[in-house]
Amino acid sequence: MNTVNLTCIGCPLGCQIEVMMDEEGKILLVTGNTCPRGEKYARKEVTAPTRIVTSSVRLYGSRNGERMVPVKTASDIPKGKIMDVIRDLRGVSVPCPVHIGDVLIRNVAGTGVDMVATKEVE
Amino acid sequence: MERKLYNLIVIGGGPAGLAAAAAAWDAGERSILILERDTRLGGILNQCIHNGFGLHTFQEELTGPEYAQRFIDQVEEKGIACKLDTMVLSVAEGEDGSKEVTAVNEKDGLLLLRAKALVLAMGCRERSRGALNIPGFRPAGIFSAGTAQRLVNIEGYLPGRRVVILGSGDIGLIMARRMTLEGAKVLVCAELMPYSGGLKRNIVQCLDDFGIPLKLSHTVVRIEGKERVEGVVIAQVGPDRKPIPGTEEHYDCDTLLLSVGLLPENELTIGLGADISRITNGPVVNESLETSVPGVFAAGNVLHVHDLVDYVSEEAQLAGKKAAEYIAACGDAMSASASGKERIPVEFEGGIRYTVPSMIDPDRIDGWLKIRFRVGDVMTSRKVVLSLNGQPALTKKRRVMAPGEMEELVLTRKLLDAYSSLESVKISIEEDQ
Repeated sequence: MNTVNLTCIGCPLGCQIEVMMDEEGKILLVTGNTCPRGEKYARKEVTAPTRIVTSSVRLYGSRNGERMVPVKTASDIPKGKIMDVIRDLRGVSVPCPVHIGDVLIRNVAGTGVDMVATKEVE
Repeated sequence: MERKLYNLIVIGGGPAGLAAAAAAWDAGERSILILERDTRLGGILNQCIHNGFGLHTFQEELTGPEYAQRFIDQVEEKGIACKLDTMVLSVAEGEDGSKEVTAVNEKDGLLLLRAKALVLAMGCRERSRGALNIPGFRPAGIFSAGTAQRLVNIEGYLPGRRVVILGSGDIGLIMARRMTLEGAKVLVCAELMPYSGGLKRNIVQCLDDFGIPLKLSHTVVRIEGKERVEGVVIAQVGPDRKPIPGTEEHYDCDTLLLSVGLLPENELTIGLGADISRITNGPVVNESLETSVPGVFAAGNVLHVHDLVDYVSEEAQLAGKKAAEYIAACGDAMSASASGKERIPVEFEGGIRYTVPSMIDPDRIDGWLKIRFRVGDVMTSRKVVLSLNGQPALTKKRRVMAPGEMEELVLTRKLLDAYSSLESVKISIEEDQ
């Protein structure tokens, strides 16, 4: 049996949640949460945790001398892929202008998710 | 010398200034000028490239620059005038009650402006090493978390490889993750207090996700290195927040980031002569977010430091609307002051450190007013009680409250109308059995 300890992020209370799982990763028991949101969070967090990844990439040809443009994954990606996504951004350099929502990298790190710009740069 | 007259000048083009200007426009005001010292609008949001902004305002998770752009678009669509790269040097009250603004930029040189009303939206800045009394030389490699954020996200430089973070404010937590993603090793985050000053979400997603330890009740007692940081020594502190001898731990590192608090930037406000709260370091304001100088309003981090930009925008919209109302009531002569009536102080007890606003005129509250406050310590199982004329009028149960999370109570028109003459307003925190 496996036990995973989590801090709930649903509210400032920050419940310490304990999730007990069997050998196959099936959830047996969730304890420590004080509301249903905590259980929902814990179940997702131990089975398929996901994150939006944000970073920045180099830029060239900016009229006002900006050097970087911030980016994000267009949707959640598996938590375990965060560093792969970051690795795919190394050495990337994009031309100006860039608009919010422009796809700068398709299917980043094979996640099926695109990396999009989050700032207007001329 | 002749000063160019606007009805409303907004000082600062960050989230507060943008929202205030747009709200003043929506309230009918058309003569508005925004003064911004950076070369683009958006303020600190431009370097806050992480997501989590706008959950309350837009019901979606945006990054800082995306959130800023929503408000920049509003200001541009309305055609509100902005002067960028423009530093305001002083604000003063003219003899006729108008506000004199002196600013400077490369294009216009010295700018002498006049306004019927002002919205102060200058934001805040970070507390620096000098305020902390950490012994040691002054080597390179000590940055405020926000400076490091700017270097990484805007300039494209990584300021260090092995990093220790002092303070667990949100910017420090965000930078722990950011530096890790960019290839640095973040060794530890030390927090003087027995609780973190940052949001829970940031502790989980910025520290726990990357296995970065958070040491509560710890502080930096020594910085080593003369030219460049070579290491820091961290020690546990007792309940008196003094280091406990024998608990020192050495960390080899080349960088120390400080995330040790934010200070509202009120040099202009002080120069103007407005009353300043010794708790928030921001101006004292009434229900209209008007300072002790009639016609000068304030909102956002210049007023009190917020955790969420959504609340900054909401607050600034009120300041902008009230500024527009003030201007409309002034007429052309600028003679009729909108202020003057004795206001009711908002009293508080039970662990509340301050409230914004700190005084109210119930007749000037349209619809509702949010009273925002912070507590001084972590508290569990409490209720917040709003008493009007000594009688409990509203109770809100709170399972937990922490200094790092701003609280609010909504004072509605309906509640107020139940009292024909309001004499006292008090907010107290009580045990909840």
